[in-house]
Amino acid sequence: MKLQETLRQVQALWPEVEINMDAPSMTAEIRCKPKEVAPLCDWLFHQQNYHFGGLVVEENGRWELYYLFVGEGERGRIQVRTSAPLEERRFESVSVRIHAADWHEREAEDLFGLIFEGHPRLGDFILHDDVWGEGVEPMRKGSDLKKILSKRRPREEWRPIRIVDVPGAFVMPIGPVFSGVAESVHFQLETIGEEVLRAFPRLFFKYRGVEKMAEGRSADDALLLAERFAGATAFSHALAFSMALEQIRKVEVPERALVLRCFFAELERLRSHLGTIEDICNSTGLAVAASQVGILEEEALRLTGSLAGHRYLFGLAIPGGLSRDFDNETLREAVSRAKGIVRHLEEIERLLINTSSFLDRIEEVGIVRKDQAREYGLVGPVARGSGYCNDLRKLQPYAAYRAFEFRTPCEEEGDGYARLRVLFAEVRESLRLMEQALSELPDGPVFVESEPAAGVALAGVETPRGTTWHWVRVDEEGKIQRYRLITPSFINWHGFHLAAENFAFQDFPIILATFGLSVAENDR
Amino acid sequence: MSRWVLKGLQTGVVTTRYPAGEELSPGTTPGLPQALPCGEAESEALISRCPTGALRRAVGQVAVDHARCVHCYRCARGIAEPLPWEKGFEWAIFRGESEVPKTFERSLHIRVVDAGDCGACLNEVKLLNNPFYNMHRLGFFITPTPRKADVLLVVGPVTYHMETALLKAYEAMPMPKLVMAVGTCALSGGIFGPGFATGRGVADLLPVDVEIPGCPPPPLAILHGLLVLAGRKPAAQSKEPTVAG
Ligand code: SF4
Repeated sequence: MKLQETLRQVQALWPEVEINMDAPSMTAEIRCKPKEVAPLCDWLFHQQNYHFGGLVVEENGRWELYYLFVGEGERGRIQVRTSAPLEERRFESVSVRIHAADWHEREAEDLFGLIFEGHPRLGDFILHDDVWGEGVEPMRKGSDLKKILSKRRPREEWRPIRIVDVPGAFVMPIGPVFSGVAESVHFQLETIGEEVLRAFPRLFFKYRGVEKMAEGRSADDALLLAERFAGATAFSHALAFSMALEQIRKVEVPERALVLRCFFAELERLRSHLGTIEDICNSTGLAVAASQVGILEEEALRLTGSLAGHRYLFGLAIPGGLSRDFDNETLREAVSRAKGIVRHLEEIERLLINTSSFLDRIEEVGIVRKDQAREYGLVGPVARGSGYCNDLRKLQPYAAYRAFEFRTPCEEEGDGYARLRVLFAEVRESLRLMEQALSELPDGPVFVESEPAAGVALAGVETPRGTTWHWVRVDEEGKIQRYRLITPSFINWHGFHLAAENFAFQDFPIILATFGLSVAENDR
Repeated sequence: MSRWVLKGLQTGVVTTRYPAGEELSPGTTPGLPQALPCGEAESEALISRCPTGALRRAVGQVAVDHARCVHCYRCARGIAEPLPWEKGFEWAIFRGESEVPKTFERSLHIRVVDAGDCGACLNEVKLLNNPFYNMHRLGFFITPTPRKADVLLVVGPVTYHMETALLKAYEAMPMPKLVMAVGTCALSGGIFGPGFATGRGVADLLPVDVEIPGCPPPPLAILHGLLVLAGRKPAAQSKEPTVAG
């Protein structure tokens, strides 16, 4: 069903809502009363099969809440918007009906002080209870930094709540500092001996308050935050932020830049997946395979570095295009080197799928079912390994993706092996996309100047870990008023506990590795 | 299993010749911008482009404070007179009070703590065990327990949520112990700190012995830092710019 048709039905079912549609961009906003939000979202998600995108909260003299939904092609994108005076802090929880909204609402509760009625609140989330006193709401407009800091309680101990109540059961804490080289995150493993019943992550040790820090900064300064809050996938996030600004400034990015953006986004995906595959090999103790893939990861980093100057593509994506051009000969050489990397990876893949001791470790481990993946709104290779096949490059193509031929690899089993196969297949598709980008690369500039302008925009990018949404509001002076980051790691960490139920203790690192999560990207 | 052994043998040796020889492969380092002798007007133009205050006017030139540089390339791209970039990687600066004890000469055990990095610094640290860098050959080992560690390697601006864990890891280490701050965030807070949830680097909390600038510093730069701690390579000269009077 097309977007118009869906909207007609909405109007018939909820006659009082106000609908605005922007036909060229296939986006619509439905403005409704707070009490209509939950049933309307429920209908879009469960009856109309829209994907849940996330929640954006704004404080612009009033509360403004936007629940985001994404459809395929002509089904477009819908934001359900509601508003209430600032004294009103209570909203009906959507997460009771759409579980994917769970963490979004918890975050809004923690950082804005909103109350979502019916939400089974769990307290301690982004702001850790052992570090902050009561009443700290950093995302509120005009919240005073000094006041916030006076509520800080450094060096207090945090005690986990025990959840399992079985004789002999205990909770094993891991982290935040653990293993050899690992991002900081804490886990509580509820266990009775060898068998682990559940594993819950406690995140946000790396919370830097990026969304708040962006407020009041110029777009150029905020771009640095967009690019560096999750530096391992810097290009994708800098691209999403740049695209949001381009929408606000109404600039047409030159064709050559659009194609090159795909080229570098795919190079980043290729390199990032190599890192994840290496981690998976490592987690099973297959040292030779890990170091073989590690060689390829470093080769991809060197390729990136020699091509673009920076190994992680910092400073390349900017509003209006790219910060520099590349000559076609250099790009051709880069593609042939990338081909060599993928050829080697395929050799390793063939060896891996014939190594039964390896397969034994990742098959039927960490299973996420398709219905769970959809209910949690999972994204990226994790979702696609469970047969929940969403890919923003296909759903709502951006940059030059519409012009390219490629496949979104999907598997059905939802276990660690399925996720690994998706990663292998995606590396091949990325190479194919790079080749096409090169062969269809138009001449011309890679950058166009643009004047700062006020406005609001939402831009999405399929990062290596899945879809990200960057919501940017710019004021009359060109300063960022609100920057909301919805990231694939935030979405997929929410679903991580699904894969970490009733497993043997030694499988924990494997389950974790096959999820390929970034903590920095989650914590922001 | 034998197939894997074969595969390993086929690959041959890829390990860098550094520190015995030179490493010149392209793409191993992003390099760093260097001071540029120039007039007042040009230097003003350059300085105003730098978003982090890494550029300063010094006598007859624009000087670069590498501890603040985040590789945004705004002093290098889109302008007529860009800053020169140097492709080296021996950037580690010694900040310790006295000489490093001789006991560390042969081997170092390293406890890595992520105090809020973006993932790039940590990935470069991870690569030290990659066959290309293979730091075991130099006697450097990453250890999961602070009780066996000689060096605390810290990345990230130190978020408030990580302060306790960082201090605990340090306290758990036996004496004598060394601290290495890796990456612009760990050196100065970078673009994140000081903020309402983040401090401005490791030195506010712990005595730092070696600082490695870079956003992120490549594996070779981190390796150089470890070699400095082990007394096997000289540190880079601290490039504190002389501010024009
Ligand atoms: S590359 Fe470094 S010195 Fe140059 S403008 Fe950016 S932060 Fe400043």
